[in-house]
Amino acid sequence: MHTPLSREAIARRLALDIPDGSYVNLGIGMPVLVAAHLPPDREIVLHSENGILGMGPPPAESARDLDLINAGKQPVTLLPGGCYFHHADSFAMMRGGHLDYCVMGGMQVAANGDLANWSLDRPGEAPAVGGAMDLAVGARRVYIMMEHNSKNGEPKIVERCTLPLTGAGVVDRIYTDLAVIDVTPDGLQVRDMIDGITFEELQARTGAPLRKG
Amino acid sequence: MIDKFIDTAAAAVADIHDGATVLIGGFGGAGMPTELIHALIDQGARELTVVSNNAGNHETGLAALVKAGRVRKVICSFPKASHSWVFDDLYRRGRIELECVPQGTIAERLRAAGAGLGGFYTPTAYGTELARGKETRVIDGRGYVFEKPLHGDFALVKAELADRWGNLTYNKSARNFGPVMCMAARTAIAQVRATVGLGELDPECVVTPGIFVKRVVTVANPAFSS
Repeated sequence: MHTPLSREAIARRLALDIPDGSYVNLGIGMPVLVAAHLPPDREIVLHSENGILGMGPPPAESARDLDLINAGKQPVTLLPGGCYFHHADSFAMMRGGHLDYCVMGGMQVAANGDLANWSLDRPGEAPAVGGAMDLAVGARRVYIMMEHNSKNGEPKIVERCTLPLTGAGVVDRIYTDLAVIDVTPDGLQVRDMIDGITFEELQARTGAPLRKG
Repeated sequence: MIDKFIDTAAAAVADIHDGATVLIGGFGGAGMPTELIHALIDQGARELTVVSNNAGNHETGLAALVKAGRVRKVICSFPKASHSWVFDDLYRRGRIELECVPQGTIAERLRAAGAGLGGFYTPTAYGTELARGKETRVIDGRGYVFEKPLHGDFALVKAELADRWGNLTYNKSARNFGPVMCMAARTAIAQVRATVGLGELDPECVVTPGIFVKRVVTVANPAFSS
């Protein structure tokens, strides 16, 4: 028997793998949870695509500043040493390989590292990509944080993405509620599994072949 | 003598013509030049192409311009939001055109326009449907997509302080697209919270040099819209 990790627990697990001194972008949605779990003894600089380095936690209600928001348009703060810059510089940081890590949510990740996380391809719905494609190609290491299976139980780790791609061959590692899996040239390598799950059970819930770590 | 100060938002946007391409600053509400947009609505220009990160939320600012039926086409990275019903409705009814461009590609296309470049190759969107129909090239083993500069006839931006030469500073993350939009437009119009005397801005801290700015309007207590 096993109990899948909560979202907070996935965030806690992922945060342990971000080393001291890293520059990191946390995507909108689940990845934002990672910020609260970064070990306090490490100095980790958070980047926000709208022009912030050294982003701090949300302010108290009374200290909210509508001109100081994160990529999800929520109020944030600036830590000592932080700074502001315009969008072309911000995306140069992303695209130019200056960020050590980014963490994004995922709809599908393929065994070859292809990522789909921007469009469900629903007819009539306006396409909206934001900064996802820039992050996917730009950060030195791209970590995906998501549930292992969709709400109706389908694998989100697949042989080939069927949804529109965000980036081709960009993913380095996947953190789910069941496992941590590396994307390698030899395929998907299981790095870590939650207590109580067997490799065979994990494989059964994954849409592409796994290798034992 | 150079004096870029204009008394009213109405006067600042008076010559925006039908069919103009208008760059509108802001990321969500931060940096959205609400008063300039509302002056543009009152002015009445139609068939506009608007370049902005989003397509407007609720019913003020950019959403109000879209709702007034003045926008033929939106070029943006993220039109979808929990409060973007004005755009969503027009889009579903086929009444407004959309060009969805990755956010960093919009910023760099604006910068390229301002810098006099003919375009650039970016790895962003390579191998995705947003690169469909575009020229691609493999450089040193990596795939790139060719993107052209994005010029504006006008830019509407919100800044913090200005002097009469048009030098600008911004407030926190409200800076976002302001600097590159000022560069990319033939006529950049800034609304600022306050003006200062020439020489009062620390030259080390000027973010947008006045050469990129044509007009400055003071809006001391701007309304917030997203």
